[in-house]
Amino acid sequence: MSSISSLGPEGSAGGVEMRDLETARAGRVAARPQRWDVGRIVRLVLPPAGVGFAGLVIWEAVVHLRQIPVYILPGPWLILRTLVKDWGTLYPSLLVTLAIAGAALLVATVAGVMIAILFTQSRWIERSLFPYAVILQVTPIVAIAPLIIIWVKNIPIALLICAWLVAFFPIVSNTTLGLNSADHNLLNLFQLYGASRRQVFWHLRLPSAMPYFLGGLRISGGLALIGAVVAEFVAGTGGTQSGLAYRVLESGYTMQIPRMFAALLMITCTGVLTFVALTVLSHLLLRKWHESAAEREG
Amino acid sequence: MIVRLRNVDKVYANGVVALRGLDLDVGEGEFLSLLGPSGCGKSTVLRLVAGLGEVSSGRIEWSGPAGQPTGDIGFVFQEPTLMPWATVWKNVLLPLKLRGLAPDESAPRVREAIAMVGLEGFEKAYPRELSGGMKMRVSIARALVTRPRLLLMDEPFASLDEITRFKLDNDLLALWARQRWTVVFVTHSVYESVYLSTRIAVMTARPGRTAGEVTVDGPDARDETFRTSPLYNEYCRSVSTRLAEAGRA
Repeated sequence: MSSISSLGPEGSAGGVEMRDLETARAGRVAARPQRWDVGRIVRLVLPPAGVGFAGLVIWEAVVHLRQIPVYILPGPWLILRTLVKDWGTLYPSLLVTLAIAGAALLVATVAGVMIAILFTQSRWIERSLFPYAVILQVTPIVAIAPLIIIWVKNIPIALLICAWLVAFFPIVSNTTLGLNSADHNLLNLFQLYGASRRQVFWHLRLPSAMPYFLGGLRISGGLALIGAVVAEFVAGTGGTQSGLAYRVLESGYTMQIPRMFAALLMITCTGVLTFVALTVLSHLLLRKWHESAAEREG
Repeated sequence: MIVRLRNVDKVYANGVVALRGLDLDVGEGEFLSLLGPSGCGKSTVLRLVAGLGEVSSGRIEWSGPAGQPTGDIGFVFQEPTLMPWATVWKNVLLPLKLRGLAPDESAPRVREAIAMVGLEGFEKAYPRELSGGMKMRVSIARALVTRPRLLLMDEPFASLDEITRFKLDNDLLALWARQRWTVVFVTHSVYESVYLSTRIAVMTARPGRTAGEVTVDGPDARDETFRTSPLYNEYCRSVSTRLAEAGRA
């Protein structure tokens, strides 16, 4: 054996840690307990699903018992039927909104990470530019969307800019924080082994920033959708290129309230699915090492 | 002689004088402990030797050509300081990767270093799956992978429980007996320094300088017999006295 633990005559002295090692070694070989058993999924999904279902039943009952007209409040069952009936008009609109939100999130991610990298190159750059990133973030998008739509003649591009403006800040601020939070001792270690700036960036700063970036991405995913919808509301474009927000507006004007609710439902579901997808992505990337994604033993 | 510090001062930017007039010789193949109270600049000495900081005045002279360090320096921090996103294998590989070594050249050396600290079978484990002692072993393997001539250790076992610490002390001694690199080991434990070292440099409180030296002429193979021997007690007493004198000085 080449292990040092077997070299010295004092092997017995520290027997405890050695046993610890052996147990740990055996533990790695043994199969891990199955994590996604049916019982756990039921426990996880059942309570919120139950609350949701009860809510829908009460809603439906109230609408029927109080005989509320559909143009005031349609029942969930009617909304669902309208969703199926109007799928032909609603689905293409969903794709339009999704395309804008998706493109905005993509641009926000690429540009956000690049801006964050720029910020971490020098304190001066960060100090000079960060306030403006904050200004862009805190200015209400509803207020500046009309201006952007006037300035930019191409409506999809204008919508994209609006959605991007809302979505990019969490990525910039989180990634900047992440890139700056690399362990100081690890930085020393890299310096000791003569690492280049590029190596420090790729092998240390970027991986350190990963959990922060993914946290920002999850927020930005939802914001990109909100930004796209708000901008569509302001733009109010009709025709074939109209997104879900226009369907909501249009249904309101024409008193097709069930359809308005159906369109709203689609926006909400899209937002939830975006969040879930980004959460799963984050979990997959971090589960091996980061505390946020790792299972607690117990 | 491998490195010699002469009249070294270190003043930090915030005005703290960490070292004043420090002299220290590190001989080839010795196990030298730097012993002193907390905050006496022991870690600063290691950082300066490692090139992680500049001396404010004084000289660091290397025995090699052009006064440069010959061979590699290994550094073990107080904390394991592992990359949490990388496996044991990749953590140990890091120094070689930063140096641009080809994978077929580095793989046998990584395997060797992992075997030296007794972590075979954990190559694919992530740091969070390991105990404190095992993380420290990874950290030591990473320091050894470059086959350093000089190994600098900054209170490496201070945060471990005593049982694990004894075990790692023994393993370190066994490795040192076989490899005979030069070790500079920072500690604030009299008992640990006597157990491990061939020589102990006692430092004063801040601003730090070496106040005295004890050469430990113990048995080559140190084990529990040495730890409970009168000789060991004798050394502990004498080192403690020196430490107390350094405190008054």
